[in-house]
Amino acid sequence: MELKEITPHLFRMEYSKIVAVLCKTFRLKNIEIAEDIASETFLKASEIWAIKGLPDNPVAWLYTVARNKAKDHLRHIAVFETQIRHAIKPNEIETEPDFEFSSQTISDSQLAMIFAVCNSGNSSESQICLALQILCGFGVEEIANAFLTKTETIKKRLQRARANLRKNNFHIKPLNEIEIKSQLDTVLKTLYLLFNEGYFSNTNNQLIRKELCSESVRLTLILTQNPLTDTAQTNALLALMCFQSSRLEARMNVNGEAILFDEQDKKLWDKLLIEKGNYYLVKACKGNEISKYHLEAGIAYWHSTPTDKNKWQHILQLYNQLILIEYSPITALNRTFAFAKVYGHEKAISEAEKLNLTNSNSYHGLLGYLYGDSDSERAINHYEQAIKLTKSKTEKQTLTKQIEILKLREDKR
Amino acid sequence: MKEFLLVFRGDYNSMPNASPEEMQALTQRWMNWVAGFAAQNKVSDRGNSLVSSGKVLKSDGIISDGPYTEIKESIMGYTLIKSVSIEEATVLAQDCPIFSYGGSVEIREIRAM
Repeated sequence: MELKEITPHLFRMEYSKIVAVLCKTFRLKNIEIAEDIASETFLKASEIWAIKGLPDNPVAWLYTVARNKAKDHLRHIAVFETQIRHAIKPNEIETEPDFEFSSQTISDSQLAMIFAVCNSGNSSESQICLALQILCGFGVEEIANAFLTKTETIKKRLQRARANLRKNNFHIKPLNEIEIKSQLDTVLKTLYLLFNEGYFSNTNNQLIRKELCSESVRLTLILTQNPLTDTAQTNALLALMCFQSSRLEARMNVNGEAILFDEQDKKLWDKLLIEKGNYYLVKACKGNEISKYHLEAGIAYWHSTPTDKNKWQHILQLYNQLILIEYSPITALNRTFAFAKVYGHEKAISEAEKLNLTNSNSYHGLLGYLYGDSDSERAINHYEQAIKLTKSKTEKQTLTKQIEILKLREDKR
Repeated sequence: MKEFLLVFRGDYNSMPNASPEEMQALTQRWMNWVAGFAAQNKVSDRGNSLVSSGKVLKSDGIISDGPYTEIKESIMGYTLIKSVSIEEATVLAQDCPIFSYGGSVEIREIRAM
């Protein structure tokens, strides 16, 4: 007998598809109707499946129910509207939309939805919340957990973001080339931030981090499946995500504490993801274009490669290019770390101190590391400042451990 | 924050006769140097380096080859940086790799429009 199980995250995955397809007809202005219908569909599924067992094709079952519910909804509205409309245009007969759930429609609608959500003109924080809710089917509570924020805050953030989305009155339709070209940058940036939210998240909950990362990969994968969005940058971003994700298992121990790169068990790296990263990186490098995703993917590639004599030399060169394309304090600090690996701690200290990012915990963390070998007192001082500045509990633990090691070493001298 | 133009001058004829390996090391030093500025968020345009040959056109219509026939040090490249003062900009330029082969850096404030 075949044992039937519901695929993990089935509802969540289908939620975004159903909403996207329904929005084609209802328009974003009425996205709540589409979302209500999707939720009602799952409610019905959970009631019926619980008693009667799984249907043969659960996904098709969901689509049929959603389609019927959508049609019911339109008929319901029509009852009110026809009488008024008859008075104005008595002969016009509205053709009923058919809510087609073919794989082509789903992928077109999802792509259009990704573009709509990522271009809704919200702050990047709200944009990510919105993407998590509409594109990934996350609940308010789940989003709040991921951000380590109160549910009330998330609710407010989402309300504002949705108001903006509705204002755009975006019509979910197959995108044309011009729209895609002008908006793809913003879309990629949102997906990049969504991924980083998972990868560098403050939460210790490894499950949430993994889900955020794999959702970003899934959405970026959708972009590679359409010739218009399958660009060098998209592939570079996907390569970056694959390389980074390959180390997710190794980055944390069972207590949820961060494990530094050098101390990671490389056997835990996911080889399949590294191979995929290689594949997309090669695809990304077919043209002449070099974007920041190319450079970051290149850096991640070198990190995922066991050993090469000139590894850090390569990484430093990539950081040199990256910092010139786009300045960010974290890139500046990472570059200095690579600089230290190539030219030694002493030279790197003077590079680091020039950065003068005294309000950054990572700045003090780096200087603590760089002074570690030569000047324990200074190193401890920097680590202590880093502890004061960081909000992350895990980081506080890791830094405290470093101080203990230094003190122990001093005592032995 | 003010903007400054760094003009790198040198004598193309006195360029070191370096091996490919040494040339690469020198290139690497330049890249590290500019990226070091960028890491302090002080680069506004990484600029360009110039090819050695050129033309000079004068008011009397005479065209001559290259600036370096008359001046020993010709412009080799430029970079635009951000800095609070010309004093700081000068300090920033102090470890420019060009000094390792006898060139100079001219630091000029960009006049705000």
